[in-house]
This record gives sequence, structure tokens and C-alpha cells, in this order.
Amino acid sequence: MASIGTNEMRVGVKIMVEGDPCVILDSDLVKPGKGQAFTRIKFRNIKTGRVLERTYKSGDSTEAADVLDMDLQYLYADGQFWHFMDPSSYEQHAADANAVGDAAKWLKEQDMCTATLWNGTPISVTPPNFVILKVTTTDPGVRGDTASGGTKPATLETGAVVKVPLFLEQGETIKVDTRTGEYVSRVKDGD
Amino acid sequence: MAPAPVPGGPDWAPSASLEHIRLRARLLQEIRRFFADRGVLEVDTPLLSQGAALDPHIESLVTRCGALADHALYLQTSPEFAMKRLLAAGSGPIYQICKAFRDGEAGRWHNPEFTLLEWYRPGFDHHRLMDEMDALMGTLLGTSPALRMSYREAFAGRLGVDPFDATAGELLGLARTMGLSGGTDLERDACLDFLFSLGVQPGLADRGAVLIHDFPASQAALARIRAGASPVAERFELFVGGVELANGYHELADAGEQRSRFEAELARRRARGLAVPPVDERLLAALAHGLPDCAGVALGVDRLIMVAAGAGHIDGVIAFPLARA
Repeated sequence: MASIGTNEMRVGVKIMVEGDPCVILDSDLVKPGKGQAFTRIKFRNIKTGRVLERTYKSGDSTEAADVLDMDLQYLYADGQFWHFMDPSSYEQHAADANAVGDAAKWLKEQDMCTATLWNGTPISVTPPNFVILKVTTTDPGVRGDTASGGTKPATLETGAVVKVPLFLEQGETIKVDTRTGEYVSRVKDGD
Repeated sequence: MAPAPVPGGPDWAPSASLEHIRLRARLLQEIRRFFADRGVLEVDTPLLSQGAALDPHIESLVTRCGALADHALYLQTSPEFAMKRLLAAGSGPIYQICKAFRDGEAGRWHNPEFTLLEWYRPGFDHHRLMDEMDALMGTLLGTSPALRMSYREAFAGRLGVDPFDATAGELLGLARTMGLSGGTDLERDACLDFLFSLGVQPGLADRGAVLIHDFPASQAALARIRAGASPVAERFELFVGGVELANGYHELADAGEQRSRFEAELARRRARGLAVPPVDERLLAALAHGLPDCAGVALGVDRLIMVAAGAGHIDGVIAFPLARA
């Protein structure tokens, strides 16, 4: 894989640090007025999600990470892997539970997701910002019940549990913001 | 490496706010008044020179000019050499506010073209010059006289290691625990730079003004070296709020010693495959003629303004940093 020199270590650049693929969040020149120059980077380990800092001697280089973000269509899960397809090449990719993480509870067949691939293998999956899912189980709302703040829990077709307004009935379809896990609006059938 | 852009605004416009541009004007005016009150003469020396500084860590910008076709010309990295030639000619105490240029230095605290305030005091040693620095900072920033600490004390206090006695291996090991990455090892001095910048300097942030003095002899640059069990360079640095603002010396006046240091720097440049500019023979001739016993200091004016303004990026105090110059 290509080499990244300190003068190329910019925000967004993907490098290998101690065996893990990482993305640079910030970089700066550290240089005393009469001394050795260093490049200090803050980066996120794409595998673990941890944010760390490292410093390199200016002029030094490190291995670039073969990391790509791709828009993939979710196909199905087989219990062990979640399967996605690149709609432009029809190439399929299998992501394990680690890579899918929390996204699993939002994935509906045919939804487009963003996947981060390292050396061709998905290591992280982000669901679309908004998903449209059916409410499979929820109690009928009780009029005048304000103690719960006007919401009740609802289980969705993917298994996710979301707080919804009391008027919502089982079988209805809703829009959810996957970034917050919150109910956004009711979706009329046919929308 | 491109500096982070200051958000907002088309790039024909300055990245510094008009408020900061006015602050710069006020500080420059106060600096001139400070030196006028003290009888220090303002001088104006060339930015272009046939000679260059040889510090292996500093790269000069090179250019050419038809009027002197046979020579490469170097944009100065500081006005030091020209000002020492004036001192040798009997100028007395002098100061200059001017641009300096360093290739490749861009970042939150660096712009390749930047402004220096540099002044020289015949008859002062570095301690007396530190006193004057205290007075200047009091006037410009309202700071109290700086906390003074030797380089050795600063290291021992922060990192528990003696920068003079620790081996290169010990220093490198410590640096690696502090996040030094990459395949290449660091020489002893580079380790000290790393450990100081990342281990000692951040700890100075809540101390207001701090003057660190008596650097290891290996980091003497153009300072006199005081012999002893651990030879020290008669050098000091000013930090305000943890920001490196100034670098000062009890100046080396011995032409022979200066030539040796230049030769050593050239050798290091050759060893690293760096450009090898010519030695500034006119500076050496001036030293041979006789440089008065003096102390001198260079202060980064842009950084001074950053500290005064509480700015987080140098682009916020420079009208047109390189990316939009």
C-alpha cells in the first residue's frame, strides 16, 4: 500500500497506525523555533472507534490504509453475516456483527447504507439517516395518559424499540431518525 | 501542509478580522514607543541576502534576481546576520520589525511568511535582556514578570528526567511512551525537542509568562556556551500561556567559533541530503572585525497578537496567510 508522508497527513486521510486502519481528524505542525519539526495528528481508529493522538517526525511516513467508504444496498442477514450489494457493480459484501454493530436494528431490505471497507472487507456500517419501518407490536394508546409524557414503546419490524406517540397503532408505519433513535413522523401507507 | 482555513468568507478577503488587524497596529505602535523611550534605534535591513542561515531544521526560500545574476538569493529566516553587521559597525542598541520566511512551516502556529521583532543590546547579558523582555511583555500584554526556570528544572519538574544526563535511549523510550510514532528513531536533540514541546510546554499554559534559560549546549545555535560540568548555552525562550513567543541569546561574538558551528551545520545538512546554502562570509567578517558583547532576542509578532487576542489559529491574526496571499 502507498506511503503517506507527514506533509500529506491532512483531515480525512486514512492511515495505518499500529496495525489498525485510522482516519485523521486533525493535524498540526509542532516545531520549536530552533528545533526538529513534528506532525501531531488526532485520529479515529476505524475498527475500535477510539480517538487517539500520535506524533511523527516531519519527513517520516506511514502506511496508507486501504479504506473506502461505499454506498451499499442491504440484501439480507443469514444469522452470521449481513449481506450488502454495490448497485453499480453488483458485487456483494458480507459484514459481520462487529462491523454492523447498532445498525442491525435499523436495516430493512433494499435500504441504501454507507459501509467502510478495509482491504475490501466491511468494518463498519452506517444505516441511512432516516428509515421507514412498520410497528409490529405496541399497546393500544390510553387516552389521557400523560404520566409517560405522551409516548409508549413500540417494537418495529427490525426489532428496534422506539418511543412513539400514544395515538399510533400496531401495523402503522413510521419514520425514525437512526442517529438519535427517535420517532420523527407517521408515514401513511402508500407514501 | 496547508493551514486550516478560517471558516467563512471568500478568499479575496482577509482571514484576520478587522478587530485583529487594528490590534496588530496598536501593538506595533506600542512596540515602537517602548524602544523609542529606551533609545533603541529602529533599523531596516534587507529581506534578500546572498547568505543564508544554516540551521538544518530551517529551510530558506530561494530566488534569483537579474541584477545579481550569478548568485542565488535567500529570503531571510531572521534579520540576525544583517543586524549583527550593523552592531559591528557601531550602531549601538537596535531593533527591527520585519518579515521572515521559512519554507514548509504552515500550521496553527506557523505561516511561512511571518513577522519578527528582533532587538540587540550591547552591554547586556541574557539575564538583563530577560528583564527588558519582562518590561516589554508587561507593556504589551499586561503580564507580571515571568517565572524563570532553567531548562533542566523545567524538564525535571514536568518529566522527572535530567535532559543533560539522560541517555539518548532513555529519552527516546520516554518519547515513545508519549506518542512518538513512526519507524525512524530520533537523535538526542530531536528527542529533547519532542519532549519539551509535548511534555514540558503544555504544562506552562497556566503560568502566564515563563522564561526558560540555560539550554543544553547542543541547542546553542548562535549563543555563547558557558563551560561547566554540564555546558549550557546562554539562551532563553519566552512562553506566554504555553505559547513559544521568543528566542534570545547572549550572542556568540567569536568569529572562529561561529565558523566552526556553521561548518558543523553544513555537515549535518549534507548528511541529510538537504540543500547546502553558502556560508555568510560577510557576517563572519563582521564578527572578525568585532561584535560588541551583546544579547539579542527574536519575538514572533503574529504569535504575540494571537496571545493578546486569544486567537486559536495564526490565520486569525494575519491578513492574508499563504493560502490566500
